Amino acid sequence: MSDVPFLDITIFVPLAGALLLAFIPTQRSTWIRYGALAVSLIAFVTSLGVLLNFETSNAGFQLGSTASWIPQWGISYATGVDGISLWMVMLTTFLMPLGILASWSIEKRLKPYFIFLLALETGMLGVFSSLDLFLFYVFWEATLVPMYLLIGMWGYERRIYAAMKFFLFTLVGSLLMLAAILYVYFSVQNPTFNYQTLLAQVHFDAGVQRWLFLAFFASFAVKVPLVPLHTWLPDAHTEAPTAGSVMLAGVLLKMGVYGLIRFAIPLFPNAAREFVPWIMALAIIGIVYGAVVAIMQRDLKRLVAYSSVAHLGFVVLGVFVGSIQGMSGGILQMVNHGLSTGALFMLVGALYDRRHTRRIADFGGLAKSVPILSGVFLFVALSSLGLPGLNGFVGEFLVLLGTFLSYRWWVIPAAFGIVLAAIYLLWAYQRVFQGEPDLEANRTLPDLRVREMIMLAPLVALIVFIGVYPKPFLDRIEPAAQRVVTVLNQGRPTPELQSSAETQP
Amino acid sequence: MTVSAGYYLALAGLMFTIGVVGVLIRRNAIVIFMFIELMLNAVNLAFVTFSRMHGNVDGQVLVFFVLVVAAAEVVVGLAIIALISRHRETDNVDDIHLLSR
Amino acid sequence: MIPGPDFLGLAGTIILTTLSTAVFLLFFGSRLNRWSTLAQRIPGWVGWLAAISVGRAFFEAIVLLVRLLERPEEHRSIAVHAFDWLSVGGFKVGFDFLIDPLSVTMVLVITGVGLLIHIYSIGYMKGDPRFSRFFAYLNLFTASMLLLVLADNLLLLYVGWEAVGLCSFLLIGFWFEKPSASNAAKKAFIVNRIGDFAFLLGILLIAGTVGNLTLGQVNAQAGAMAAGTATTICLLLFAGATGKSAQIPLYIWLPDAMEGPTPVSALIHAATMVTAGVYMVARMSPLFEASGGIALTVVGYIGALTALWAALMAAAEYDIKRVLAYSTISQLGYMFLAHGVGGYSAGMFHLVTHAFFKALMFLGAGAVMHGLGGETDMREMGGLRKVMPITGWTFMMGWLAICGVIPFAGFFSKDAILATAWAQGEYVLWAIGIATAFLTAFYMSRLYFRVFEGRVKVPEGVHAHDVPWTMAVALIPLAGLALVGGFLNLPGSLTLEHFLEPVVGESTVPHGLTPWLLAGGALLVAALGIAVAGSLYLSRSGNVRRRTLVHRLGPVAVAARNKFYVDEIYGYGIVLPAKRAAAFAADVFDPKVIDGAVTGIGRLVGRTSEAIRGMQSGYVRSYAATFLIGVVIITSVLLARVGT
Repeated sequence: MSDVPFLDITIFVPLAGALLLAFIPTQRSTWIRYGALAVSLIAFVTSLGVLLNFETSNAGFQLGSTASWIPQWGISYATGVDGISLWMVMLTTFLMPLGILASWSIEKRLKPYFIFLLALETGMLGVFSSLDLFLFYVFWEATLVPMYLLIGMWGYERRIYAAMKFFLFTLVGSLLMLAAILYVYFSVQNPTFNYQTLLAQVHFDAGVQRWLFLAFFASFAVKVPLVPLHTWLPDAHTEAPTAGSVMLAGVLLKMGVYGLIRFAIPLFPNAAREFVPWIMALAIIGIVYGAVVAIMQRDLKRLVAYSSVAHLGFVVLGVFVGSIQGMSGGILQMVNHGLSTGALFMLVGALYDRRHTRRIADFGGLAKSVPILSGVFLFVALSSLGLPGLNGFVGEFLVLLGTFLSYRWWVIPAAFGIVLAAIYLLWAYQRVFQGEPDLEANRTLPDLRVREMIMLAPLVALIVFIGVYPKPFLDRIEPAAQRVVTVLNQGRPTPELQSSAETQP
Repeated sequence: MTVSAGYYLALAGLMFTIGVVGVLIRRNAIVIFMFIELMLNAVNLAFVTFSRMHGNVDGQVLVFFVLVVAAAEVVVGLAIIALISRHRETDNVDDIHLLSR
Repeated sequence: MIPGPDFLGLAGTIILTTLSTAVFLLFFGSRLNRWSTLAQRIPGWVGWLAAISVGRAFFEAIVLLVRLLERPEEHRSIAVHAFDWLSVGGFKVGFDFLIDPLSVTMVLVITGVGLLIHIYSIGYMKGDPRFSRFFAYLNLFTASMLLLVLADNLLLLYVGWEAVGLCSFLLIGFWFEKPSASNAAKKAFIVNRIGDFAFLLGILLIAGTVGNLTLGQVNAQAGAMAAGTATTICLLLFAGATGKSAQIPLYIWLPDAMEGPTPVSALIHAATMVTAGVYMVARMSPLFEASGGIALTVVGYIGALTALWAALMAAAEYDIKRVLAYSTISQLGYMFLAHGVGGYSAGMFHLVTHAFFKALMFLGAGAVMHGLGGETDMREMGGLRKVMPITGWTFMMGWLAICGVIPFAGFFSKDAILATAWAQGEYVLWAIGIATAFLTAFYMSRLYFRVFEGRVKVPEGVHAHDVPWTMAVALIPLAGLALVGGFLNLPGSLTLEHFLEPVVGESTVPHGLTPWLLAGGALLVAALGIAVAGSLYLSRSGNVRRRTLVHRLGPVAVAARNKFYVDEIYGYGIVLPAKRAAAFAADVFDPKVIDGAVTGIGRLVGRTSEAIRGMQSGYVRSYAATFLIGVVIITSVLLARVGT
């Protein structure tokens, strides 16, 4: 193991960069843009250090550091990643430079925009690497403010409404979580927020566990979002600037699922176990409902937002089915969703930059004027609808397999989600890109610029790579996922594939 | 010669009442400010009196706190009033009711 | 089994050659034309490059065949492993390829017919603004199809399965400016997805039951499965096949798929992709056999009914490509009929011959459209054999082959199917088959006579011309194959049936005099069909007879002409209600009910604050007064407490 604390550096590089950015004169917009890009790239490079030093077969937390922060109250600065958070950290640092590239067309109040974006990155990275409940909560709330401002200041027409809705939904949820965190804190001999200490010490009886789990769940379910707590998402997604949508879909939603995996399940396993059928039902409703609602959307961004509801349904389903295939698939699907939906939002953003509209009816026949953009869009849509050979399929198949192993029949409505995904994505593709370009404005659009290609190319490459060779991802996820599955399945054997030998007569 | 504590307290009460009434009926921000100072000093007087009465210094210590707070308040408050009067060309507090919007 | 590295290399080369060409053309096809003067100097280089890559694959496939034949019969199944794909917990799936007689047969058909169609397309697609993209898609399709047939596990097969569906989507919607084309493309993909949904469930059920998706292992353990499970798996897999291979009830996408360029119809919607379901059932034949009769009965009857149903529609259709599309559906039904009666090698045999003659006829139809400026209505054509001799004569070969005239390819394969059905005692299926054979002969003759025989008739203002050499180069070999393709199975040392036997097992064939009688009967029926068509479409009084016939048939004829209203039934019965429900969810339920509940809470809070807000006058002094009153009240309460 290397001695350089790559993880901690990665967490704070964006924040430090944001502070430095504040010293660049406001008029130097080019410096600010490239400065922000450079900062996010540095963070990505240092996160590569995390990835390279990560021990694949180690299921525990690695590469972190611990320092006491406010010892009187048992608050410490403790970080570390396992196979689950590793990919969340990587996803964050990977998407941020692309999100910054997608923000090149921002003109208004450039400096605070990039400062907030970078501050947001530190918040997200902190959420994924905190091993102290207090620290976690601080980072959790710290993501809220920059995102709120990004939507509220740089969003589209109804941005204030959307930002407020986003803020209130998440805040209400997280306040419940705060209460639960405090309860957990006081429940042990020497009150502490340290995650690993708590994990070893807490024992709640069933009733208390149930309430605590629900409090955590409320916060995370809003973030995921699970139906029926999802209505903030379409508004926030639609009104947010492109990079905001990318980060929101790509990373912020994952914080909800991550919280479930990291905190809600291991701290309150019995309650989690008890609620599994309910959560699975919500997840499957989300898969079908999100897709059905997406079909009839008139706004391209709203459509993508509802597709997120469906995809995150798959993720939550996988996490709670209690088999290693489901858990690994769900975690991989988080990465996949970040890539595919991130790319979709970038493409919708690129369309908006060109036509200043997101209404599907305003487009038509674009494949003629912007062939490359339309090709990339179709490619990403295919990844999103789970075409085998691309990344989406790998995650979805593992989730379905995991579901099938534990709960046979539930797999049918879940798998039907892939039919619905084909309907809403291809119909949208048809209405936007196919046909004759009837409107004059659609006939003379510039195709993807070099900057846009640079920002989409890594996404496209990864979409193919994970689709064909997901092994490096799955190998690192599996040990950590196995640990959570074992906890979730308390007293119940993990459903596993029958080995071939057993079925022989 | 000793003056009984009751007189001091009565004076303090009188000053405080004048302060309260003044805050409520005057409209000029600076005048209101002065009445607030008057109330603070009335409290100071009461503190000192009690300190003397009970023979310990707790009250006098608190007076220092009040003085510091008052000084800070003057700094911030006067700055705000100065800014407002520069912006809106008034020091009438009834003209400033942004809070009701 | 001795997995040799050369086999992995060969399988890999076959797939990667076409795949890499596809990717190269996608990225650089049209761009090189702009950048490089060399590229500009060779017109159609894109097409040639694509054709060469398929040709290379075809060559490798022949090498593969030779290598396979060198081995003793029982060692002709070679599984090779490229790399791990998915492996989580006890579940492992790799990029594994299976090289055995069945897959090699398919590879040869795909690359062989594919090569000819690529060359044909160079002439056919000349001047299209998206010329290079067309070949990129076509190569991508070839690669996907090869992956499908070479896959050694069901999940990898599923990758190819969906990838060919994607290519089909791309190529049907190739002229996406036409709303009909983009609608057809979308319809094809979604209908296929519905089938794939069932297929995926089948795969999951297999994974759950066997713990493994490797073809060999699944088939080997088929016997150990509970009969119900095996039947369910088979039905789910077959449901997938009804989507891909256009069988009842999911055949509706294929006629619409004719919106794509004609070479696409020939390659994808006749010769290869649509036969994927047939291949898959043959591939899983041990499983189907082990499941007990129900699944096979369903396969057989769905196939037979589809064959008959589609033939009826073909007889009433006027669009030349759509007739061929219905004919394809019908012939695919034949193949499933064969599988249903256990005649897997007969089904595969028909698959191969059908690939020859149907590709030929589609290319012929394309040549007609090419020569007549895109006209597809048969009523606007006539006597074209005189104007377009190459097209006419080659088409005639295809026509005779599909009618089942001896010694053309279709005769042998169709006869093999009917004979197997008879030998299995499935007389109902045999009867449906023979009825379909009559209808097939009738509608194909109707098409042939209308278009190529009789008085010369071309649409107004069109100067009809025969095909350029690139197209002829594809038509002539295919015509030859339609003529001699049937000899593949002529009793001898190496028949296709014998070659496939290690994979699909022996099929039952009738003995003694029966086969001769059956063959004679089939020939008789074919002759009858041709004769009826001749009397209706060749003779001078045919017009009158046609009218009386249509009059007699009454509503049946009207219904057949309207495709039995199936599209309408699906449209109003399924699509419209589903759309309404989705619209309700999107426009009413989500914003009003779910979001309404949340914003309702917000509004409630808002209203309450509104009421309280009245107290906030904004005057600082009124706040101070309130403050004072509060202090007084609290102080007095506290004092009162102290007092007591």
